[in-house]
Amino acid sequence: MSPVTLDSRIPDGPIEDKWESHRFNMRLVNPANKRRFDVIVIGTGLAGASAAATMAELGYRVKVFTFHDSPRRAHSIAAQGGINAAKNYQNDGDSPYRLFYDTVKGGDFRSREANVYRLAQVSVDIIDQCVAQGVPFAREYGGMLENRSFGGVQVSRTFYARGQTGQQLLLGAYQALMRQVSLGAVELHPRTEMLDLVTVDGSARGVVVRDLLTGEISSHAAHAVVLATGGYGNVYYLSTNAKKSNATAIWRAHKKGALFANPCYTQIHPTCIPASDEFQSKLTLMSESLRNDGRIWVPRDSADTRPAHAIPEEDRDYYLERQYPSFGNLVPRDVASRAAKRQVDTGRGVGPKKNGVYLDFADAIDRLGREVIEERYGNLFEMYERITGEDPYVLPMRIYPASHYTMGGLWVDYNLMSNVPGLFVIGEANFSDHGANRLGASALMQGLADGYFVLPYTIGDYLAGLLGQPPVSTSHPAFSEAQQGVEDQVRQFLSIGGTRSPDDFHRELGKIVWDDIGMERTREGLEQALRDIPALKAEFYRDLRVLGTGETVNDSLEKAARVADFFELAELMARDALHREESCGGHFRVEHQSADGEAQRDDEHFSYVGAWEWTGRDSPQTLHREHLEFENVHLATRSYR
Amino acid sequence: MKFTLQVWRQAGPDDRGHFETYEAQDVSDEMSFLEVLDVVNEDLIREGKEPIQFDHDCREGICGSCGMMINGQPHGPQRGTATCQLHMRKFKDGETIVVEPWRAASFPIVRDLVVNRSAFDRIVEAGGYISVNTGSAVEANMLPVPKSVSDAAMDAAACIGCGACVAACPNGAAQLFTAAKAQHLNLLPQGQAERWTRTEAMVETMEEYFGSCTMHRECEAACPKNISIDFIAYLNRDYVKAKTVNRNLTGQGLSQ
Ligand SMILES: Cc1cc2nc3c(=O)[nH]c(=O)nc-3n(C[C@H](O)[C@H](O)[C@H](O)COP(=O)(O)OP(=O)(O)OC[C@H]3O[C@@H](n4cnc5c(N)ncnc54)[C@H](O)[C@@H]3O)c2cc1C
Ligand code: FES
Repeated sequence: MSPVTLDSRIPDGPIEDKWESHRFNMRLVNPANKRRFDVIVIGTGLAGASAAATMAELGYRVKVFTFHDSPRRAHSIAAQGGINAAKNYQNDGDSPYRLFYDTVKGGDFRSREANVYRLAQVSVDIIDQCVAQGVPFAREYGGMLENRSFGGVQVSRTFYARGQTGQQLLLGAYQALMRQVSLGAVELHPRTEMLDLVTVDGSARGVVVRDLLTGEISSHAAHAVVLATGGYGNVYYLSTNAKKSNATAIWRAHKKGALFANPCYTQIHPTCIPASDEFQSKLTLMSESLRNDGRIWVPRDSADTRPAHAIPEEDRDYYLERQYPSFGNLVPRDVASRAAKRQVDTGRGVGPKKNGVYLDFADAIDRLGREVIEERYGNLFEMYERITGEDPYVLPMRIYPASHYTMGGLWVDYNLMSNVPGLFVIGEANFSDHGANRLGASALMQGLADGYFVLPYTIGDYLAGLLGQPPVSTSHPAFSEAQQGVEDQVRQFLSIGGTRSPDDFHRELGKIVWDDIGMERTREGLEQALRDIPALKAEFYRDLRVLGTGETVNDSLEKAARVADFFELAELMARDALHREESCGGHFRVEHQSADGEAQRDDEHFSYVGAWEWTGRDSPQTLHREHLEFENVHLATRSYR
Repeated sequence: MKFTLQVWRQAGPDDRGHFETYEAQDVSDEMSFLEVLDVVNEDLIREGKEPIQFDHDCREGICGSCGMMINGQPHGPQRGTATCQLHMRKFKDGETIVVEPWRAASFPIVRDLVVNRSAFDRIVEAGGYISVNTGSAVEANMLPVPKSVSDAAMDAAACIGCGACVAACPNGAAQLFTAAKAQHLNLLPQGQAERWTRTEAMVETMEEYFGSCTMHRECEAACPKNISIDFIAYLNRDYVKAKTVNRNLTGQGLSQ
């Protein structure tokens, strides 16, 4: 493999002009030639569906793979709260610059300015595109689009469709994709999982996939491969992610040479329903938009066992409002999560297991009336009641942080291409825009920015250089080797013949990751994780039990491969968290905090993207650094007080 | 709590299939129905038996993956609820619960409780979209959409594509699904240009795969998103009109 160089390819010029001049300078592929290029897209969430549809509209031949039975079921469907865009419809002083500023600051100065600025610029086009597709965003009585605000910002720039924004945006992208399927421009392969990336002479040339219905393993070649496979929040086992979300596609690409950036930057979302028992299979998010009207509190006295409504004002501690008077309940997620953890750790938690804090709507209901609250959050309240059996119109909700989103992911340059030429990574799967902490309603924005407005241009620049070259044939030895590897792994899982299911291992791994690489990290804990994870992994390969065959639907077999990859990823997360001797955003090292318990960055030593290179099964990854320059937003201590 | 589960097991599309009985012990009322299946599966694996295959993903009632007949009802006894949102407190301790896959000829069984619902994708492919290429949209607020219209479109668009409507229908019709998909777009000003071609294409594709609607209304009762059968009436109205408008070839009648 050629030595790794990290060139972020950030265009020259003032930040406002970078994207425009870059678009002008990129090579174009003329319409007749686009037909000669094959592109493989893995994943049909917001990023994948929007990218595949747009590239097909442009004339590329696109093959799409998803492990779901329909593209519409991707994890993006579950996003509730909304999508940001710097439209300034509310006339409250918003602008692309402000969205850029908020995102860089919210990410605790660990993101790449140029990418973030571009994201803010194209955000406005996303709303136009989605409205034209028929996305039924919330509207005011005059027929204009409505907005609300989200954590970490002081303007209202979030567009939403009831509590189902992700669903509506994904349906828009899915419909655009299905239109291209009907036109024959996209070849769609549902229930098909990518299990390896194929590289030839260091460039991405195709993939190996497994048909989840028949077990057939096959190879597919293309001029470029796009991974839009989502995040790895399920490494914690319990998370708000859909059960099947996993890291396998990006992890296997990592093992084929793609650098993995900032794996320790994970987001723990403050407002989720606390776990109720040991069988809990996932955690449910209560949208952050609830913090617009809900007030967070715990009893002042940890011994207070009165029901919430019997606790008078003076015995309640609205700790966020107290500690952060200017942002109050709307502080960014990382801040809100750690604050909740501290309350629970000091014994002031509420609920039967004392594992939550209250999110109370009584004041909002008094002020606005039940109807308004119902209109804003009806479906969330209903969801809460269904799960807990408690009525949040009467009793305050109980919430607690849970794993939700991963800012880390495969390293990409300004063109969204990884260090492996021809391998592009978009959406949550890349590391690009959110630094060490993502602001609410910005993931949908990034997924659609990447898919509709960035990748379709930047991929052209790469493909233009391949004009006249057919894709590598799948009879190339690189394909048969990769295919052999996948077949061997399937056989291995089926033949271990141990006693424990993949879920059983996953649960145990998740507990280690949550305890040691969760909301607060210590050197000691991370070192412990680096001993515990390999030990459990070794047991996995000794004692795994996968029944049945590889020739039919076999859920355990699918899970086994994903859990195997989570083990390796978890180890890298620990190593990354250990090396980053500072606290920033979602990465909080207990050793690095200010006197009042806030994250303490070390810009002098850690103002870089940590990108890890796989060096083989038996040696730890090596670190490459991309230094971050802040020319526009001045490095400052993030304060929400 | 404890329950007896009678679960449909079918090794593959060509297998005849049969019921098997499992005991679920130590169930807490906080558990979801799918978590009970998880526990049964863990027990099965421990005993060396293959676990029950079922589709699921989001486990919060939005992706539309899950779906099974529970005591003969799609998604079980609670109205407006997908299987994954069903909690055991809705069942009586000691109850026997019968679990089967969706029953519909157009959703062939893949294995156990997993069925193939790709016919839904074919309906959408036929016209369930607004043809607007990326980049060609106008400024969003150039087109005011009355709140009531947007809300009604959202009511239809809330469909999760789970297939409960088809499974509930004695005729195996997909009218509620198709109506929801078509009316979401047909109601909106953005959807007008293709309204009549969309309607005709979607309805006719639906008819290729699914049975005919004779207004049993079972679909509405089974829908986890409470989608109203009023949308079927609107779809029927649009379909009749589409037949005339589309025959007129040119753009006449497009403005209704
Ligand atoms: C409960 C919840 C609520 C959220 N709410 C918001 C919100 O309000 N606003 C916001 O901005 N963000 C929100 N987020 C975050 C946001 O939803 C996600 O970050 C975003 O949707 C990710 O989109 P994606 O396209 O990158 O990936 P995904 O939607 O995760 O899609 C991944 C796709 O890849 C496919 N795939 C993965 N691996 C493979 C493989 N090996 N082979 C084949 N296919 C594969 C899957 O089938 C799927 O199609 C929320 C997240 C959660 C969990
Ligand atoms: S698992 Fe997604 S709707 Fe039930």
